[in-house]
Amino acid sequence: MKDKKKAEKIIFKTEKEVPLMPMSLGSMLYNKTGAWRNIRPVIDLGNCIQCGICWKYCPDVAIYIENEFPVVDLEYCKGCGICAEECPTKCIAMVEEEK
Amino acid sequence: MKKVIMGNHALSWGAQLGRAQVIAAYPITPQTQVVELLSEMCASKTLDAKFIKVESEHSAMAACIAASIAGARTFTATSAQGLALMHELLHWASGGRNPVVMGNINRAMAPGWSIWTDQNDSLSQRDTGWIQFYCSSNQEVMDTVVQAFRVSEELMIPSMVILDAFALSHTYEVVDIPDQDKVDGYLPPFKPPVRLTPSDPHAFGGLTSPEHYFELRYKLQKDMEKVPDLVEETGREYEKLFGRYLGQVEDYRCDDAEIIFVTSGTAGYTARVGVDQLRQDGIKAGNLRIKMFRPFPFAKVREILPRAAKVAVVDRNISYGHHGVFYQEVKSALYGRDHDRPPVFGYITGLGGRDIMPETFKEMARMTLAKDKPEEDITWMGVKR
Repeated sequence: MKDKKKAEKIIFKTEKEVPLMPMSLGSMLYNKTGAWRNIRPVIDLGNCIQCGICWKYCPDVAIYIENEFPVVDLEYCKGCGICAEECPTKCIAMVEEEK
Repeated sequence: MKKVIMGNHALSWGAQLGRAQVIAAYPITPQTQVVELLSEMCASKTLDAKFIKVESEHSAMAACIAASIAGARTFTATSAQGLALMHELLHWASGGRNPVVMGNINRAMAPGWSIWTDQNDSLSQRDTGWIQFYCSSNQEVMDTVVQAFRVSEELMIPSMVILDAFALSHTYEVVDIPDQDKVDGYLPPFKPPVRLTPSDPHAFGGLTSPEHYFELRYKLQKDMEKVPDLVEETGREYEKLFGRYLGQVEDYRCDDAEIIFVTSGTAGYTARVGVDQLRQDGIKAGNLRIKMFRPFPFAKVREILPRAAKVAVVDRNISYGHHGVFYQEVKSALYGRDHDRPPVFGYITGLGGRDIMPETFKEMARMTLAKDKPEEDITWMGVKR
C-alpha cells in the first residue's frame, strides 16, 4: 500500500477486500494533508529556547527537531495553531496563507 | 495460589495475568479499587504496563483505542456515569476493531444519585458492538478477563467484563490465581493484523464513503456471530488448563425443571439458592444464568428453555416504555417457535441496589406457576405501591 497509485480512490467489489479496520487505503506518506491549511506557523528561531513544547504538542506530528531547533513539515501541518498557543516565548506566529 | 480478594481486585488480577500493556482509567465509585491496584501493580513492576492518567472516561477510552491501534494490549475499567460518558468512544473501539478489554461495575444511573447496583448502565451500551460478559463470582471475573483478551484479539472486537456494584465489586471471595506461565500458554501476545507504524503510516477511522461503510458493519456483525463458538472453544481450553469452564451460559438444574429462571450477574448466584430451596419444597426449578449477553446466546437459550413448562426472566434493569432487557431478548429468541415455546414471564427486581433474595425467587415461582400466561407485561417485584 505504499505506492502513490493506491492512495487514489478504490472501490472494492466484495466485503472480503475491504480492510477489517476502517483505515486510509493509501499510505499517509502520499496523502499530503498540508493543503487543508489556512494559516501557517512561522517560527522566529532567534527567540526559540529549544524547549520542545511545540514538537510535543503538535497533534499531527508535523514538527521535527533538526539541529536542535523545531522545523514545521508544511506537507502535513494543517495550521491548527496549537504550537503557537503553547510556545512559552511566543516565537511562533500564525500567518495567513496566500492563494 | 489462592487469595481472598474483592471483585474489583479480581479485575486487576485478570489484567495483570493477561499482561495488559497500556492502562488508561479514571476512577469512579464503585470501580476505584480496580484502578488503585493496577496503578500499584504498575509502580511495583509486577505488571509491565504504561499507566496513563486521564481527565475523564472519554479520554480513558480514547487513550486505550490509540494504544490498541499501535499494537498494545489495553485495559480500563469504569461504571455507570463514566460508562455513559464513554459512549461515543465505545462505538470508536468496536467500529475501529480495537480489542480493548474493559471492566464495568454495574451501578444504577443517576438521577436519583446512586452508587448501588443495577444493569441499566451497561445494557444501555448493548448496541455499541461490544462483547458483554456478566459475571457472578470473583473467580469468574478474573478468569473472564483473561478469556476476554483471547476472544477479543482473535476477532478484533472489544469486550466488557461486568460485575455488580458492591454485591460483587466489594465482596471478598476466595480466588484461585493461576501461575503466570500457564496463563501465558493460554493467552499469546497481542498481534493485530494491522497497526499504526511510522514505516507505513495510515489514517485510522477516517472518512468512509457509502461505498464501504456498509461492508465494514457487515464484517463486524459476521465476526460477532463467531463469538459464541469461540467462547465455547476457549472456555473448554481454559477448563483443561485451569479446571474452570467459561461458557456462554450457566445451566443449573434445568434438565427436569418445570420452571426455569433466566438471570444474570449476582442474581444468578442467588437464584441457585432459590432453586435449591424451591426443590426442597417440591417445586422443580432451574436457573439459566446468561453470562454472555452480547452476542446473545441464541442457541443455548433455544436449547435449554423449552425443557420447562414456564420461564421467568429476572431483570435488574428496565427499558422504559418496553420491558426488562433480558425479557425482551429471551422472548425475541423464542419467537416463531410455536411448538417449542413455554410462556415467558417478566419480572423487574433489585433496581438501584435493592436486594434480590432467595425468597424473591420463591415468590416469583409462586406467581409464575399460578398463572397460565403473564397478566401484566412485566411484574415489579416488591415495589412499594
